[in-house]
Amino acid sequence: MAELIVEEKGKKGGKRRPKKHGTHIDMTPMVDLMCLLITFFMLTTAFNKPKVMVITMPEKDNKEDPKDAPKISAERTLNILLTAKDEVFYYMGIADPKKPPLPTIVKTDFSKDGIRKILLIKNRDLFTKIAEYRDKRITGKIVVADTTFDNEIKRLKKEDKHGPIVLIKADSKAKYKDIVNIIDEMAICNVASYAIVDMSPVELEMLKTAPK
Amino acid sequence: MPKIKPPVRTPHIDMTPMVDLFSVLLIFLLLTASFRPAEVTPIETPSSVSEKQAPDNDIMTIMISKDSLVFFNIDNGKDTSTHFRSKLLEKMGEQYKITFTPGELKRFGTMAAFGMPIKDMKAWLNAKDTKERDALQIGVPTDSLDNQLAWWVRLARLTNPGAEVALKGDAETPYVAVKKVMDLLQENKVNKFNLVTNLTKEEVLLKDLPPETK
Repeated sequence: MAELIVEEKGKKGGKRRPKKHGTHIDMTPMVDLMCLLITFFMLTTAFNKPKVMVITMPEKDNKEDPKDAPKISAERTLNILLTAKDEVFYYMGIADPKKPPLPTIVKTDFSKDGIRKILLIKNRDLFTKIAEYRDKRITGKIVVADTTFDNEIKRLKKEDKHGPIVLIKADSKAKYKDIVNIIDEMAICNVASYAIVDMSPVELEMLKTAPK
Repeated sequence: MPKIKPPVRTPHIDMTPMVDLFSVLLIFLLLTASFRPAEVTPIETPSSVSEKQAPDNDIMTIMISKDSLVFFNIDNGKDTSTHFRSKLLEKMGEQYKITFTPGELKRFGTMAAFGMPIKDMKAWLNAKDTKERDALQIGVPTDSLDNQLAWWVRLARLTNPGAEVALKGDAETPYVAVKKVMDLLQENKVNKFNLVTNLTKEEVLLKDLPPETK
């Protein structure tokens, strides 16, 4: 350490003994360098690695044959329509212009009491099963490996026969964020089956006339 | 009586613990450092609860900026001697009848994300400074007339069959732009994508379930 010793004046007499010093290394430059390096590394290191959300889309087949389209039961179908300004619309069943009346469309939002509540109500059985299983694991009642745990949840989701089949549809005003948010809701509410599909002209009409 | 004058010294601070701490920090940062790649465009990813980490290697990233510009990136692979990037550019050159010199191919191997029509690639690789380089980044063309992104994806899959696809969109990107890229990927038989997100914690517990209404 740099040290300034002011010469003591007015010392009289006596033998001048050489002062005993421990070997003193000046660490200042080293500390300077280290500070610099640390700052540099702190700024350039990517600490939190980005996370990813995996989505699997159904294979696209070019031949559009309505007979080949997968049959889904109307009462289980929950359609979520996304549009501008974080608004979420949903309706149950299938909107078919040939079979009036059209289902009623309801407006909600991305908040806790919005679309999540709807999803939780619809998906109560499966959600309870998965949540109970997870709780058991957290509290230590059952001890399973991560892969077993994931497989069990997968199995529960596959076996589910009452939960909603969610069809996510976004129009041209929707933002990417909305899609990610809604897929995220699916993950939070443990919805077993969901798909991102295109919006039909009927639904566009329904959106236009939807209550604001 | 003469006054006793204590020797005047500057206060002495023992720096040893500080140096120790710094050393530890420095070594830690040195060992864990993975350098943040240069960003072509600022992208603020939306957040999700997904805890899956993005893979380090064998991943091609398609970035979609707020103004719907598309950028592309692919890594060199886990074993850097595979030089996937250089090989990809060579194939891309063959496709568009552009010959790249070995020097250009090598330089491309060390670069990060890019987004420009292939005809500007040479200029980008030979650009003198970042300013000139950034001016060329106007997005990979994705229109149906000359869909270069499709070729990048196709050839990247040929070069590195194990590569996964990650989509990194800004939260404010119009869905239409993302949809266009997703459709393109599906046409090229990529049906599984990773959407890059930020982690947020959100959880619904059993007790939070809304009461049963029947």
